[in-house]
Amino acid sequence: MTAPPASRPAPDSSSAVPAAGLPSSAVRSAFDPGAAAARATDAILRDTLGAAHRGVVVDSPPGAGKSTLVVRAARELAAAGRPLMVIAQTNAQVDDLVVRLAEKDPGLPVGRLHSNDPDPYDKALDELPNVRKSAKAAELAGLDIVISTAAKWAHVQGVEPWRHAIVDEAYQMRSDALLAVAGLFERALFVGDPGQLDPFSVVGADQWAGLSYDPSASAVTTLLAHNPELPQHRLPVSWRLPASAAPLVSGAFYPYTPFRSGTGHGDRRLTFGVASDGSGPDRVLDEAAESGWGLLELPARRTPRTDPEAVRAVALVVRRLLDRGGVATSERSPGPVPVTADRIAVGTAHRDQAAAVRAALAELGVTGVAVDTANRLQGREFDVTVVLHPLSGRPDATAFHLETGRLCVLASRHRHACVVVCRAGVAELLDEHPSTEPVQLGVTVKFPDGWEANHAVLSHLSEHKVSWRP
Amino acid sequence: MPPHPLDARALAALAANPGCRRRALLDGAGVDKGALAEALGSPAPFGQSQFAFMRGNAFEAKVKADGGTELMRLLADRLGGQAVPPAPGEVSVPDLSAAGPEGRTARTALALREATAAGAWALLDHPLLALEVAGSPAYLEPDAVVVRPDGRWTVVEIKSFPMIDGSADASKVGAAARQAAVYALALERVAVRTEGAEVGHQVLLVCPKDFSNLPTASVVDIRKQLSVTRRQLARLTRIEDIADTLPEGTTFNLERCSGAQLTSAVDAVSAAYAPECLAACELAFHCRSRARERGAVEALGRSVRGELGALTTVAAVLSAAHGDTGDPDDPTVAALRRAATLRAEALAGADRAVTEQAVAGRAMADRAVAADRAVAGGAETEG
Amino acid sequence: MSLISTLARLEAVASGRARPLATVRHRRISERPLVLVPLTTAGEAGAPLGALVGTDRDAPRLLTVAQPRDRDLRFAFLGELAEAVLPYIDAYTDVIEPAERNETDPETGKRVKVEVELCVDAPQLVVPSRPGIDFVRLLGRSMRFRRTAEEDPETPYPAPPRVPLLGRWLTHYGERARVPGSSLLLATTDLLNRHWATGQSGLEDQHLGALLAWIDPPGTLSGAEAALLAELERDRDGQLACPPAGPATDPAFDNRLLAPAIERYDRARQELGAAEDGADAEERLARLTAAERHIRALLLGVMRPTWDAVWHGLDLLRQLPEGARVEERWTRDRWSFTGHRDRVRAGEPPQPRRDDAVTAAQKLASRETALAQLAAAEALDDPLVLAGHRLSGEAFVGEVTEVVMAYSEGKRPSPRPLITVRTDDRPHLGERTKVFRSLDGKPQSAEFVRYGDGPADEDEAGTGTGTGTGTGTGTDEDGTLVLRLTDRMGRSKEPAPGSVPEKGDRISWTLFEHDQRGGPKLPDPEETPWTHGGPPVREGTAEAGPDAPRQAPDPVTEEDFL
Repeated sequence: MTAPPASRPAPDSSSAVPAAGLPSSAVRSAFDPGAAAARATDAILRDTLGAAHRGVVVDSPPGAGKSTLVVRAARELAAAGRPLMVIAQTNAQVDDLVVRLAEKDPGLPVGRLHSNDPDPYDKALDELPNVRKSAKAAELAGLDIVISTAAKWAHVQGVEPWRHAIVDEAYQMRSDALLAVAGLFERALFVGDPGQLDPFSVVGADQWAGLSYDPSASAVTTLLAHNPELPQHRLPVSWRLPASAAPLVSGAFYPYTPFRSGTGHGDRRLTFGVASDGSGPDRVLDEAAESGWGLLELPARRTPRTDPEAVRAVALVVRRLLDRGGVATSERSPGPVPVTADRIAVGTAHRDQAAAVRAALAELGVTGVAVDTANRLQGREFDVTVVLHPLSGRPDATAFHLETGRLCVLASRHRHACVVVCRAGVAELLDEHPSTEPVQLGVTVKFPDGWEANHAVLSHLSEHKVSWRP
Repeated sequence: MPPHPLDARALAALAANPGCRRRALLDGAGVDKGALAEALGSPAPFGQSQFAFMRGNAFEAKVKADGGTELMRLLADRLGGQAVPPAPGEVSVPDLSAAGPEGRTARTALALREATAAGAWALLDHPLLALEVAGSPAYLEPDAVVVRPDGRWTVVEIKSFPMIDGSADASKVGAAARQAAVYALALERVAVRTEGAEVGHQVLLVCPKDFSNLPTASVVDIRKQLSVTRRQLARLTRIEDIADTLPEGTTFNLERCSGAQLTSAVDAVSAAYAPECLAACELAFHCRSRARERGAVEALGRSVRGELGALTTVAAVLSAAHGDTGDPDDPTVAALRRAATLRAEALAGADRAVTEQAVAGRAMADRAVAADRAVAGGAETEG
Repeated sequence: MSLISTLARLEAVASGRARPLATVRHRRISERPLVLVPLTTAGEAGAPLGALVGTDRDAPRLLTVAQPRDRDLRFAFLGELAEAVLPYIDAYTDVIEPAERNETDPETGKRVKVEVELCVDAPQLVVPSRPGIDFVRLLGRSMRFRRTAEEDPETPYPAPPRVPLLGRWLTHYGERARVPGSSLLLATTDLLNRHWATGQSGLEDQHLGALLAWIDPPGTLSGAEAALLAELERDRDGQLACPPAGPATDPAFDNRLLAPAIERYDRARQELGAAEDGADAEERLARLTAAERHIRALLLGVMRPTWDAVWHGLDLLRQLPEGARVEERWTRDRWSFTGHRDRVRAGEPPQPRRDDAVTAAQKLASRETALAQLAAAEALDDPLVLAGHRLSGEAFVGEVTEVVMAYSEGKRPSPRPLITVRTDDRPHLGERTKVFRSLDGKPQSAEFVRYGDGPADEDEAGTGTGTGTGTGTGTDEDGTLVLRLTDRMGRSKEPAPGSVPEKGDRISWTLFEHDQRGGPKLPDPEETPWTHGGPPVREGTAEAGPDAPRQAPDPVTEEDFL
């Protein structure tokens, strides 16, 4: 192997290879997360570089170092004299990978293939001397690494196939998108998180359900249906999720592929400079700081999606978190670090809810907090997240609200604590949910079921429940 | 009165509306809901065509003919493991007849235990299983259960809808899977008391192939349905608890009670009507007319409620939309008013005649609001 | 369901009449549609019981199967159906106009224009309800792999001539019906539900009789009353006054009327077979004929109300003016029809049982494109549809209050005028969000610059509190926003006349595109990549396993049902 070991944590620190001298608990416990992750990474790189198989599949749970792995695999392939193409799903993901690659190896010639739209890539790429940008694949020929979105790659024609490719976020890629680009490469490393939101189609695709190449299925489903012999790996350690969150997220969303947290209980701490004023938001923050989870429960009521009380409660929790001088201690830095607005996110199910929370935060004078839907928070990381429960105040659950990936994304963005704001009555709502899903013959059942995962998360949260009014 | 068996329709009704207390109580008490609906004057339009019935029976008989040879071949082929299907003589088909449901379930349990202990193939044709639902026993009769030499019990569902080019009506397969899950749960009760037994979470669904009468089969993984059903059954409100909330002397005795008495008895238990009930529950037409009388918005579909927040009646929504009631700061009310304005504007711009209709509609809506208020008499809180 | 359509349903409840969901008709209704009302036998897959078919509302052609389990009778039925449907289709195949199509030249690989034929109009099939469309698909599937005696003299059960061809056409129509906005094969319930909201649920709206009762209740009845009668009213024999729109029949009809009639027919047939002399046979034949006539009368009795309901529905729909962009979609239907005509003429085999990977992906992509096109076209054609998008922040209507000329930077500055718009709507605009308006039927794009009509300050556009791109809904603004027009103003420095909005213009803008770019080119099926199983195995090749012959006829057995 030619690549140097990871010298410093990546920006979100979700490094597949932890820096030396890490958590004390890791040393104490029988399970050594650093060693386990390194073993997994080595095996993945061995299969990728060994090229005995046309494909290698890697499952990466939240914060397990997927991006770090992609960057490392790309650099090692390039260093071995094997130019490669990288396929990501969104322009933001592509730009992020380009920046990470340049950070690790500023001298590496990287091509950013982009669309003809205005502002097709992040302006930050213009600062990188060895990154060439073009809308034409031919102009990037010969570069070690060429990166673009699946949508752009699909329009590339008449080029010599690459010997290697890396497909990032492969579980969010649709089978038909893979079909359009698979002719461009001979073999590929497929990396992704099976627990996040599945790709979907806005038109019915039932007529192809059960076919191995159902165009609306995920790329990995089709790939493995046709090539069951491909090696499948998984990254076993989440460096993002704290010890308080990993077991729940793993159990509820990855029941057959469990993972552990890279840090132990006590390795991370969240404290406040200002004592609780006894209000609901303060008490739930204390609970979350102590246990990693907090459920702020509002009285049961059927509400509109943008429930003003719940929205205001979310905003207040954020306001109090900032006002009380939240400070996070973790393996990442020697001393406590203030939890500033940019380290906090608010997650919602719907865009109008996000807009309402933004407005409520603005009213409270809070700026700089990321407020977005689960779709847009995918792949991001924060110290503390505040989540408006997707089922809060609803008269019923729908497939959208029960989608496993949505809850998984919302419950797995945080390094320290997650506060969920919710109306009472969701357990009953779930119990009253009709179970009349159609079943397509030949379709592999996907686990876990959203309904069950919701129950699992809710029952865990109920142990950390704080009522809005004392 | 002997309890009415928990049949496929009752299970479908449970799946379609697990939160309905009325359905739960009547099913739990073994009331014949079809007869009750008839007595209430809202008979259920369910019925089975004798063509379908005959075809279903003929197909099932064909599948099970010759000691289940064809069925065993399909099972071995689809569920793997055993590469060689058992020879016809290798499969025992125990006699399960006995007096009464208790006798039949006991006979079934015995046959299951014997076959498992013998480590041989057995085909149980129409076994009878018991399962406690909401505190009262329910009897279930799967089409068949196969015991394999390794001790695995497999539920077999024989349906007469076709599998065409390997796919079948997904809603019918879903219903079959939920039904099979209940059978598997009932089998588990016997399996825990049987050494070496294990209930398979894959069931065999046998259907006619394409446009023929030839059987074909597909394996259905029922783990999801099992976990949902297990949880539903565990959390079902106990029948006694619902019954305790009823007025003293409430009874559903069809022979002794008048229509009016039955109506008030039925109305004493709350229902959670949704249009999906129409395809699943015998009482649905009765519940629908009640829901419509109340002006309940869910009579228009469960999804309608999603954007209406705390507003639950047609009159309340319309009067909020037209600016007569409601807090303008409530996002629901604000959205409704915007929707009403945009809708009126579009209709007015498109066609003057249509606008006049809308005004007429508005006037009628106002009358409906007034009527509704008079009827509701404060019983419904709409705030 | 959008809040506007929910509101329409609630209005319908209150007013007792269905309420409009559209101000124009969004589907083509042919001048001469072929209406097909099929019935099937309960419990049998694709064993037809009867049909009414034709283009003349007063003279439907009645086709029946006296004993659905009899293969010969079923084949006779399908043969008759082919004779009823195919001449209607044939009448359109040769009325053509010249057209151009882009094709890839196989030698140069370049895109070239090719002169082709395009059928001037296309045949249109209308069935009562969605299960009717499924049944058309099922009939297509059951017929297209049949072999006629002419094709295969050895076949044990030859199908009547033209039955396989009808199967291919019905299959094509069934597939086309899955394309959003297509009008080749339509279900009356879908058509009505697209244009009216009733005071009942979407599930109940699948009942054609109840649906029509809400839209056009007879006499003085309210929609709710008429719908209830349509659902439940029965005569003294327990028969529904408004029979199901098919293809399923009412069990009470099966059990009380049809089963005895079929039994009588079977008996008469048996007796005829056992006749001893001519006179006896004649009498028995008369009894058989009477029995058959009775079945025909019964089936006509339950199909005729549905037949009339379909035409009633078409009458109601025809009262709505056709949307401006419906013609465009119908042209795509004509291309689809012409394409299938060409494939049949070229002697291509019937459509395979299951799509290969590339075909499936292509179909999905084209349907997604069609859906986006349909959504945009309906919004542009119909202010009531646009209202839904305005409510959800995906469109806005506003008056132009100011136009300031500005230019792009660079060597050849192009016009980029700034348009100030005042609107009561609350579109979801973020920094440089693209918006579109329709200019002479073509989209013109602009980008969002900022809220308010103050001085140009680029930072204002990004005042949202989040790090996400959305900057809220502009609720605390005064309803004024500034757009920069970015295209369709010609090549010269001065914008082409009429290409820039003027002060006082009231314009609808959408946040969604009006045109939808097609998806990327997929590989040829022969080049299906390894990730998708490689090229499909074709019939007749060495690798073809037992399941491989995709166009082989279904195995025929003694107990076969079709």
